[in-house]
Amino acid sequence: MLGRTANNVYWMARYVERAENLARLLASTYHMSLLAPGAGVDVKNWEAPLSLCADPSVFYDRHEEVSAANVLKFMALDPDNPSSIRSSIRFARDNAHATRNELTTEVWEAINQTFFELETINYPKMLDLGYQEYFDWVKERSHLFRGAVFGTMRRGEAFTFSRLGTFIERADNTSRFLHLKWALLTPSVSKPVAAEDYYRWGALLRAFSAFKAYREVYSVIIEPRRVAELLVLRRDMPRSLFACTGEQLAILTNLRSNAACTLQAAQTFNRMEVSRIDSILRSGLPRFLNDFIRRNSELNDMIGREFMLVQ
Amino acid sequence: MQPEGFFDEMHGFDGAVQNAYRGYAEWLTGMPLNRLAEKHQHADALFRRLGITFAINDENSDGNGTERLIPFDVIPRILGADEWSVVANGACQRVRAINAFLHDIYHEQEILKAGRIPASLVLNNPAFRPEALGLDLPGGTYVHVAGIDVVRVGPGEFHVLEDNARVPSGVSYMLENRATMMRLFPELFVKQPVAPVSHYPELLLRTLKASAPAGVRDPSVVVLTPGHLNSAYFEHAFLAREMGVELVEGLDLVVDDDLVFMRTTEGLKRVDVIYRRIDDDFIDPLAFRADSYLGVPGLLAVARNGGVALANAIGTGIADDKAIYVYVPDMIDFYLGEKPILKNVPTYSLRDADDRAYVLDHLEELVVKEVAGAGGYGMLVGPASTAEQRQEFRAKILANPNSFIAQPTLKLSTCPTLVQNEIQPRHVDLRPYVLTGETTVVVPGALTRVALRKGSLVVNSSQGGGTKDTWVLER
Repeated sequence: MLGRTANNVYWMARYVERAENLARLLASTYHMSLLAPGAGVDVKNWEAPLSLCADPSVFYDRHEEVSAANVLKFMALDPDNPSSIRSSIRFARDNAHATRNELTTEVWEAINQTFFELETINYPKMLDLGYQEYFDWVKERSHLFRGAVFGTMRRGEAFTFSRLGTFIERADNTSRFLHLKWALLTPSVSKPVAAEDYYRWGALLRAFSAFKAYREVYSVIIEPRRVAELLVLRRDMPRSLFACTGEQLAILTNLRSNAACTLQAAQTFNRMEVSRIDSILRSGLPRFLNDFIRRNSELNDMIGREFMLVQ
Repeated sequence: MQPEGFFDEMHGFDGAVQNAYRGYAEWLTGMPLNRLAEKHQHADALFRRLGITFAINDENSDGNGTERLIPFDVIPRILGADEWSVVANGACQRVRAINAFLHDIYHEQEILKAGRIPASLVLNNPAFRPEALGLDLPGGTYVHVAGIDVVRVGPGEFHVLEDNARVPSGVSYMLENRATMMRLFPELFVKQPVAPVSHYPELLLRTLKASAPAGVRDPSVVVLTPGHLNSAYFEHAFLAREMGVELVEGLDLVVDDDLVFMRTTEGLKRVDVIYRRIDDDFIDPLAFRADSYLGVPGLLAVARNGGVALANAIGTGIADDKAIYVYVPDMIDFYLGEKPILKNVPTYSLRDADDRAYVLDHLEELVVKEVAGAGGYGMLVGPASTAEQRQEFRAKILANPNSFIAQPTLKLSTCPTLVQNEIQPRHVDLRPYVLTGETTVVVPGALTRVALRKGSLVVNSSQGGGTKDTWVLER
């Protein structure tokens, strides 16, 4: 496969995954805002997603105040914000379009249809639909895309690089979102979980589709320590960091077992395999996550150099 | 409803349903108009979902590749087996003559020596490429893919309007229009013996492999596209996918050691045949336009040394030059010793003083075309023009008479077309695609373009034309 094509397929999958995770983050932010006791907390809550933008100052140029409506307009719908859901889907579609011939009709249609439908959604329409419905729709479109990739693409390089893109992006997004939410929720880490915190941690788990899993695995009341363990170290949780690392390593080993990027993925994997959540929390989860984000982004660059002729 | 003096594909001159349309006409009478209109909308949605779009290049577009749908009409253009055989044989005959002509003018130039075509018209023509002189191609094939534009003016009367011998496009619409029709109206295909066209990509691949440099076993074929902002990008991607070959851009290819390679995830990989959808001018910045970033530096030198095959070959533009077109019947006689099966449209050459005087006197009756123009740009349709437009063209012609030809306004046949929920006659043309590998062949189908504006004779998609599925009946 052409290096350029591999790059297009990879980014197509990254952008779809990004759109889904943004929808997850915004949905959980919205849930938490419904539980917020005071206005000040609410502003902090809605500020958090803005930090994912390359340049958050653009938000303040356009909007007077940080409110649910403004942040949602900006992060979900604004075509001029390159970090919005809408832009992510547009970039996904641009990449798919540039390599249309490598995709099955089902995969292409899944992205193209999402793009066209999203183009028709403005804020009044989103209100009309309901926030929750909108976020669910974005998630469904992403599921459809991933399902179409899994169910229709030949197990060749286009499939492989698309899957690789998914897990590189998911590793990045899970760690960033956990980082953001941890900062908002940590005042309560050492204390027993109060009633309203219980709902907030619950909302966080739901953002990762992990609420039910938590119950199954731990069958105890929600504890921050265990939430962290579930989302960082549980290999059987499809959105956890360890699961993403495992997928990355399996794909890269298959592609080229002795490449620099494969060794990097193996190193990360081996470290996580022996990590214990208590030792991670002792030196600080944010520190661990920062390191993870950095290594994941290095891995992205190494993959580019190895397979995609990115200089 | 039928415009006076025009032949209608379905109703002839006098309203009687033509043989090829009998089965369809009967079906159509039982089809409520609103149902047909629904199918029409459904087709639009299908095309958009599949991404069958066309990027418009004109002064009004922002250059960012505005995507539009080419309007698709649900009423097919139908040709009977006998009608088709005239078109098919005629188109193949022209392409065989054109290939012989190209081989000749880039080698011995017998036809010029014999005085059948003025030498200056060929040798001083910007489309004549000295770079192609003496180049020996497998099978002597220059034009592997040709699109012959045919119009019809009466029951058995077909004229060739143009021979597209550079990088003809539109064949993906022939294929997708058929796929769409079969999805919308499966019942029609059960009853009508419509010849299939879907094997075109396979034939194309076979044609391209046959053009590989001598000695290459199992040649590696690629489609070279200018990129996804090009108006025909959908088609490039479509053909690459259907043939199962790589779709490459200039930057994906590299010349090394007199061979061409593509940059893949596993390093450099040799390329033997390039189905290029980039014009000569842009294909190699070292040989042609230095400002082109679409091409591959050094490609021409490799092609000249036989390290890679280009389809179509360099220098085929001379054969679809509108001034050379006039001589295609002479080529058929000279090289094949045959009589032309399809007629040319009578053409006035404005370099000739008598012709020029006549044309300038009759601008309101004639169609004037720029010799190098394509896509319906740079064209005056006399009967539909304003005095001001004619004045403007008169000045252009006088300033540069060699750049223009003129033809009588043809009475292009019409075909029933769904326009604003009514069936109305609209003018159509026909473009069959002729492939030349080991032999010259044409699939039984074509692209029918339709001028959607009432009375308009310009069918180009860049000028608001639409397309129809084209049926060739097997019996």
